[in-house]
Amino acid sequence: MLVMEKNAMTEEIEELVLKYGNQRSALIPILQDIQRKYKHIPDFAQQEIARLLDIHPVEVFSVISFYSFLNTEPKGKYIVRLCQTISCDMQGKAAVAKAIERELGIKFGETTRDSKVTLEYANCVGMCDQGPALIINERVYSKLTPEKAVQILNELK
Amino acid sequence: MESKGDFRAPVSQTPHTIEKPKDTTTIGGMITVEVNEKKISVPLGTTILEACKQAGITVPTLCHHQDLCVAGVCRVCVVEVEGMRTLQASCAFPITSPIKIKTSSPIVRKARKHVIDLMLSEHYGECYSCVRNGNCELQDLAKEYGVDTYTFGHVSKPKYEVDNSSYSVIRDMSKCVLCKRCVRTCIDLQEVGVLEAIDRGDKTHIGTFLEKPLADVICINCGQCINRCPTAALRANDPSDVIWDAIDDPNKHVVIQTAPSPRAAIGEEFGLGAGHSMTRELNTALRRIGFDKVFDTNFTADLTIIEEGTELILRLYKALVKKEAVALPQFTSCSPGWVKFIEHYYPEYLDNLSSAKSPQQMFGALIKTFYAQKMGIDPANIVSVAVMPCSAKKFECNRPEMNDSGYKDVDYGLTTRELARMIKEAGINLPEMPKSNFDNPFGEASGAGLIFGATGGVMEAAIRSVVEFVLGRKVEDIFEKANVIPLRGFDGIKYMEIPIGDVVGPVPELLKSLVPNWDWLKGATLKVAVAHGTANAKKIMDDIIAGGKFSECHFIEFMACPGGCLGGGGQPIPTTPEIRRLRAQAIYAEDESLELRKSHENPYVAKIYKEFLTEGPCSHLSHKLLHTHYVKRGRYIA
Repeated sequence: MLVMEKNAMTEEIEELVLKYGNQRSALIPILQDIQRKYKHIPDFAQQEIARLLDIHPVEVFSVISFYSFLNTEPKGKYIVRLCQTISCDMQGKAAVAKAIERELGIKFGETTRDSKVTLEYANCVGMCDQGPALIINERVYSKLTPEKAVQILNELK
Repeated sequence: MESKGDFRAPVSQTPHTIEKPKDTTTIGGMITVEVNEKKISVPLGTTILEACKQAGITVPTLCHHQDLCVAGVCRVCVVEVEGMRTLQASCAFPITSPIKIKTSSPIVRKARKHVIDLMLSEHYGECYSCVRNGNCELQDLAKEYGVDTYTFGHVSKPKYEVDNSSYSVIRDMSKCVLCKRCVRTCIDLQEVGVLEAIDRGDKTHIGTFLEKPLADVICINCGQCINRCPTAALRANDPSDVIWDAIDDPNKHVVIQTAPSPRAAIGEEFGLGAGHSMTRELNTALRRIGFDKVFDTNFTADLTIIEEGTELILRLYKALVKKEAVALPQFTSCSPGWVKFIEHYYPEYLDNLSSAKSPQQMFGALIKTFYAQKMGIDPANIVSVAVMPCSAKKFECNRPEMNDSGYKDVDYGLTTRELARMIKEAGINLPEMPKSNFDNPFGEASGAGLIFGATGGVMEAAIRSVVEFVLGRKVEDIFEKANVIPLRGFDGIKYMEIPIGDVVGPVPELLKSLVPNWDWLKGATLKVAVAHGTANAKKIMDDIIAGGKFSECHFIEFMACPGGCLGGGGQPIPTTPEIRRLRAQAIYAEDESLELRKSHENPYVAKIYKEFLTEGPCSHLSHKLLHTHYVKRGRYIA
């Protein structure tokens, strides 16, 4: 990271600390904001958050590693998470999964070459009555069919 | 928002406990519980585990450690509490009502057995090839509870690669049982924060920041985690194989120096209780193993006092008389864990750190120069080993700047545990050894050097010398039997003021070239402080940054390990508050039994300034060999 980028990042985190406080409980909202903006939490940001919250960098890393929705490596602009739990599975998840893989040309766990879409499985997203379901970034799509899934992907910019 | 200083290192969470009532005679202050149908009365807030101990009932534990906060993660200590649906972890259950407890009912025994069995199912390795064989808490539990078959299977392949990047600490996570003692040690006890649980569920493991190897993160190598680990998931980087090779090589001249703390603790490895000093028995054992010469690290501890004390006097002289800007307070630099800690967390304060090397490294430099010359041995053929209570000493002797003799000053750092193994391997029963003395030309050392092993010892040794230098009076006139009691004991931070008064003595011969007289110190008050454990060191550093009372100190002793060196990461396992107390007792008793108890009275130290370091302390040659510089490491990892 360049020094200028680092300074900008520090300022950004300082603002988040002002917003959420410097208690340990402020860690998750700060991480979520950084994740939302950068699609990952850079190494430097982890160390700065640790410094400003008066905790250890490894504790920040530990929290990030605990949550699937936080990550340390960059991902695509859109993160597509298909629900893999039993009710979605029984309502036709497999066909949707295949259609998505074919449309994007990547497997689950991978990111498209243009860094636009990352494809992942998620565990229950609470849409058991409306499966199969998937989430793209923070929006939920339910009652999917292979065609509907492809259409949704094509609408991503 | 409260403001927190920019340079402040992180502070950890505090453990969750119920405060015990100050006055237990108040109503509800004491609670009567029934343990295995035996009634006992305990103060409100006592845990079931503590209550059982009071009742003389043993409850097995694994994740529990007296130095650490309660975790309640291993579930080995579960007991049955009448009326509760599930078994309760006794270490994490504060008593607030008159309950009935069963510690050994069939359901408890079965649960414990399953818990141990489950841990074994994830624990890779065979006991007979393990460094902790015979001193492993998991092994003991499995034996105690008769876990003789793996009901839940057993791993046949290591799950993780061994991290042997560090000179000091080796991490083998395949042997980890996730008790998180190392995490609590690193975050709560030492506040260094290297280790934490990474990932979730069955993927959980103990890892470092960004899963980097230990050598690349902010680890101070103190080894406290090794000392807390119930298995061999954490162990020291053992050089004994190469030391054996050197001993067996007829062309190598292998010398060894022994520090005071290992000598006060090594008996524990041979079945003696804590608090038996084995100094002279160890000398004989080391010679029988095949070391050519045995030296006393206390000799260079004495030298450290002269060099570091002189440095302090020079700093004060510059500040008070010449009105130059110098870094005060001066910090001690004997503890390599503390040195690396300050390099990472407070690099702006490196100027305050005494430039004097630690006794180990001073000795290393002297052995390959002064000793080699005197004995006519090519320093290239000398292998210099140091027995230390410390895993950070292994890192210290590998620092690139520690080559002032033209060779690696100290070749290998050996911990107390590793030396005990070497002695056993040689078929020697240490307590039965006859006593013998140290070798010349370094001869004997003073009790001042000896007490370096306990927290406050370096300061006490320095005071014994500086007071006599400046006041020209016997230190016994001021402190009874030359024991500086306010600096002893295990309080986290100790503080002391010594008024100098209006009567000063003549400048001793050794310092005549440096200061003309002591008149400039008349009426001054020497302020000193002592901290042990990096968590306490951090409190003092933050106070200095905030301009508090410690910023007005002149000299501060810092030791990275709780209790000082005697509680070091290379010491026998277990190390508990009680064991530390007994080791300290042994060290202070040995000091009092000696006639020579002040560093500057050591005739061998006087001799070395006469014969070798002829320009005196803090001179050009002493700076070349006995002083060092430090690296600004900072707290960021790229």
